[in-house]
Amino acid sequence: MITRRQFLANTAKGLAGLALPAAAFEIIDPKKLFADKGGKPGLRWAFLVDTYKCVGCGLCVKACKIENEVPYDAKVSRTWVERYVITKDGKLHADSPMAARDGFTTSKIDLGDRGFEDIKAEDITKAFFVPKLCNQCEKPPCAQVCPVGATYQTEDGVVLVDRTWCIGCGYCIMACPYGVRFFHPVYHVAEKCTFCYHRIKKGLKTACVGACPFGARMIGNIKDPDDPVTKIIRTQRVGVLKSEYGTEPQVYYIGLDEEVR
Amino acid sequence: MKSHVWRPLYVVVALVILILAVRMFYVPKDFGIWERGYMYGFHRKGSENDWKAFKVKYKFDNEDCKDCHSDKYESIIKTPHAIIKCENCHGPELDHPNDPPKLTVDKRRELCLRCHYQLPYPTSGRANIMGIDPEKHNPGVECVMCHNPHNPTLEGLK
Repeated sequence: MITRRQFLANTAKGLAGLALPAAAFEIIDPKKLFADKGGKPGLRWAFLVDTYKCVGCGLCVKACKIENEVPYDAKVSRTWVERYVITKDGKLHADSPMAARDGFTTSKIDLGDRGFEDIKAEDITKAFFVPKLCNQCEKPPCAQVCPVGATYQTEDGVVLVDRTWCIGCGYCIMACPYGVRFFHPVYHVAEKCTFCYHRIKKGLKTACVGACPFGARMIGNIKDPDDPVTKIIRTQRVGVLKSEYGTEPQVYYIGLDEEVR
Repeated sequence: MKSHVWRPLYVVVALVILILAVRMFYVPKDFGIWERGYMYGFHRKGSENDWKAFKVKYKFDNEDCKDCHSDKYESIIKTPHAIIKCENCHGPELDHPNDPPKLTVDKRRELCLRCHYQLPYPTSGRANIMGIDPEKHNPGVECVMCHNPHNPTLEGLK
């Protein structure tokens, strides 16, 4: 038989228990605490693109293809440069011929099968170049959908593909909202930008960053507050691509226009 | 207890055991859930080392070229072309001078046009670079016939 006093006491306890957030039961990792209290900063690679500085020379694409052994004449690339030309009538003209491997050596916009479109200089309101590469998302949908565990995220945030384990199903290529993945024409497995993992792990810059004469591309450690890239991301106005997908992309852009997708 | 129900069951059990046995040998020992958890970090750990072992081709360090090619280095360092890495035009260094002993140089007009094709794009750095229309500016002639890429100023004209 339950008394009124016991019932009220139990009800109060139960309500108090319900009010506790799940986080209160989480066991705190000591490593996490140390990281927050100074000491050595963690490591998380992030990329910064300054679209004002980019001139569309395409030396980054050339260097990437050679460095990473992506077949030079195949119409696939781990990184590419897009040209955006907006005319006075409000129309957008965009192209990226051969991923801009040879730069933009004509004023004509490449329309693919529909030929070329020449735009007069006096009709242009704004025109600029946007380098693109894998966003190395904090929540990579490509890694999430892989049915065999061939694509994954490393501790320092880079998404890689295990060529010996990939079955070539193509789920990741469909899952990436940025279209940065493709089939490697030689290995027939999913292929993507690795942030030049073999270079950054040796203290070198990625091939595209090294090749860029204008400093339009930068790479750094976003967990290190003294890193020049982190300083810019923290103190200046930067944007990311397609933030609405919730993938938390880690390639930041200075001077991102609404026309850029 | 003989029954036609048990026989297919034995077959299924045998199949499951077989699959588990094959899996034990086929899946590498370092395959599992790593730092980023099951959703993003389920992979073969050794794959990270495979990528780290990939061969570096570009050094992108002009200081590396200075000792042997000091004349070119000293010349270009005073010009606007100082921002360009030697390897952008001469190709990846690899293990030069051992292998390859000589680097090739790209002398095509298209190489220079990457930056110097005139594109009047107001909101990009391209607008600030001196440019030409290759159809009007000495078509068919290699740029290096007149211009010295290591001293591209007008005083440096050959």
